[in-house]
Amino acid sequence: MSDRSAVLDLTMRGAALGDSGKRIDLLMVADMVAPGSRVLDVGCSDGELMELLATRRGCDARGIELSREGVNAAVARGLAVIQGDADVDLADYPDDSFDYVILSQTIQATRAPKKVLEHMLRVGRRAIVSFPNFGFWRMRLDLLLNGRMPRTDNLPYSWHDTPNIHFCTIRDFVALVDEVGARIESAAALDAAGQKVRFTAPWWVWNLLGEQAVFLLTRK
Amino acid sequence: MAASSAASAQAPSIEVLARGEADRPHSAVVRFGADKPLRLDSGAVLTPFQIAYQTYGTLNAARSNAILLCHALSGDQHVANVNPVTGKPGWWETLVGPGKPIDTDRFFVICSNVLGGCMGTTGPSSTGPDGQVYGLGLPLVTIRDMVRAQAMLVDHLGIERLLAVVGGSMGGMQVLQWAASYPERVFAAFPMATAARHSAQNIGFHEVGRQAIMADPDWRSGRYLEEGLSPRRGLAVARMAAHITYMSDTSLHRKFGRRLQARDDRTFSFDADFQVESYLRHQGEAFVDRFDANSYLYVTRAMDYFDLAADYGGVLANAFKGGRTRFCLVSFTSDWLFPTADSRAIVHALNAAGAPVSFAEIVTDKGHDAFLLEEPELFAIARGFLDAVARTLGVS
Repeated sequence: MSDRSAVLDLTMRGAALGDSGKRIDLLMVADMVAPGSRVLDVGCSDGELMELLATRRGCDARGIELSREGVNAAVARGLAVIQGDADVDLADYPDDSFDYVILSQTIQATRAPKKVLEHMLRVGRRAIVSFPNFGFWRMRLDLLLNGRMPRTDNLPYSWHDTPNIHFCTIRDFVALVDEVGARIESAAALDAAGQKVRFTAPWWVWNLLGEQAVFLLTRK
Repeated sequence: MAASSAASAQAPSIEVLARGEADRPHSAVVRFGADKPLRLDSGAVLTPFQIAYQTYGTLNAARSNAILLCHALSGDQHVANVNPVTGKPGWWETLVGPGKPIDTDRFFVICSNVLGGCMGTTGPSSTGPDGQVYGLGLPLVTIRDMVRAQAMLVDHLGIERLLAVVGGSMGGMQVLQWAASYPERVFAAFPMATAARHSAQNIGFHEVGRQAIMADPDWRSGRYLEEGLSPRRGLAVARMAAHITYMSDTSLHRKFGRRLQARDDRTFSFDADFQVESYLRHQGEAFVDRFDANSYLYVTRAMDYFDLAADYGGVLANAFKGGRTRFCLVSFTSDWLFPTADSRAIVHALNAAGAPVSFAEIVTDKGHDAFLLEEPELFAIARGFLDAVARTLGVS
């Protein structure tokens, strides 16, 4: 049950911390959210991002989290979090009930990423998705040289027992965005040091150098 | 033999003690006279009537730290003190008390006996204005009627807004009704192991219990108290059947398995050969000593009638529209009486209404009764939720 939050921790272990000890990837997501918005954080873990959004951006943040530990921790912070699953529970939310629906470091662990993305864009006017990029150069090099499914410090699971069943690259994700008829409003990538990839470069550069990516999507 | 009868001559039996609670309970009592009648959902008007209640902790100067607890079908107001009838600890002492998740050092905790009950709030075993025991002469009551009465008690205590309303099972129904009827008076709602409407299966179980009571010749069409009788066998069977629904297959199996009761082999009779039979018989016996059979009819009926959405055009979300109450719901994996799906339905409605809601399903094999038992996960959530609410309201 706690698999996914474990993934989150491991994935983000190397993520750099911002000025106040907040994770840069979360700060980047928070920066994309307009102040005072209604936000649904899917896979909210212990509610760190929700708290950031509530305190710094004055947002009304709600969360969904699979692990009981995560739900307990978030409820103790005074946050509104429902124990649930992106694959199942997003379907129950009414249309247009949020300004933003956030899926942070979770899409690769969903059973039906496309459906999840469609529901996010139905429930919220905008969607923010962050994920580990399987097109990152180290992944490619690992597969090329070793001939085995890549394992890194951040993604240490064997292929047969990983909860990350739907890895994708930045290019793959861009194609999915197109397929569900959404528009990319903005995007950013973080390199292995957790710093923003400062390129106004084409996708293939991001896809090579970005260890993680964050996308802000809207309906077309 | 002589010693025990001497002892019983000094100490009245539990049954006698329980009977005394109906009109003159070992609790605080507020009496509402003709100036404050209670208009019931049935159309009947109840007057005069009384509410028996217990409080714990101290109401602060701002009157902002009050928590109302709502008890379940067979519960009473004695949440966290020795029960004056049974001599046993309060039914929620695990959760309520100094330093406990519902911390009586910080909060002013109120619990009243429900309308229709038998522990001092007006119910069928109470004496009516004509000096006669009500029996079936008491109008039927609903969950909403119980909550209306509680609201009058809260008024009486001078409390405008409750920090939280908390309850499990039928208590959870009351919590939901509070949030729907008096949203501005409920800052936070914590319903657990409950539903927004009683299911057909649950109505069915209740009907079995009621029929067992009414089939007992000592029920006397509800007038057993006047004749100095009690439908003990019927009420015991009702309790036995109900008790099974409060547990789970796993917990019954773990507790008893197929073990025999104080014997080496089957007796080839209808004695209580199995431990589980002996246990249920004991549960039934213990219950009839302290609980009034007609109260059991009234209170189960109130639960059967509960369908919150029906009062709001069939749409549960409408019951919570516009309210600002924050909710925390809890269900238990092995609860088949009020399964997780029932709680999820409430969560969906609250989401549709835009209400802030938290929800957790707790993994346990203890069944419906888990909300009354030592369940660390529940305690952690209750503590976290109420702490956060207290912080928001500036209650230290």
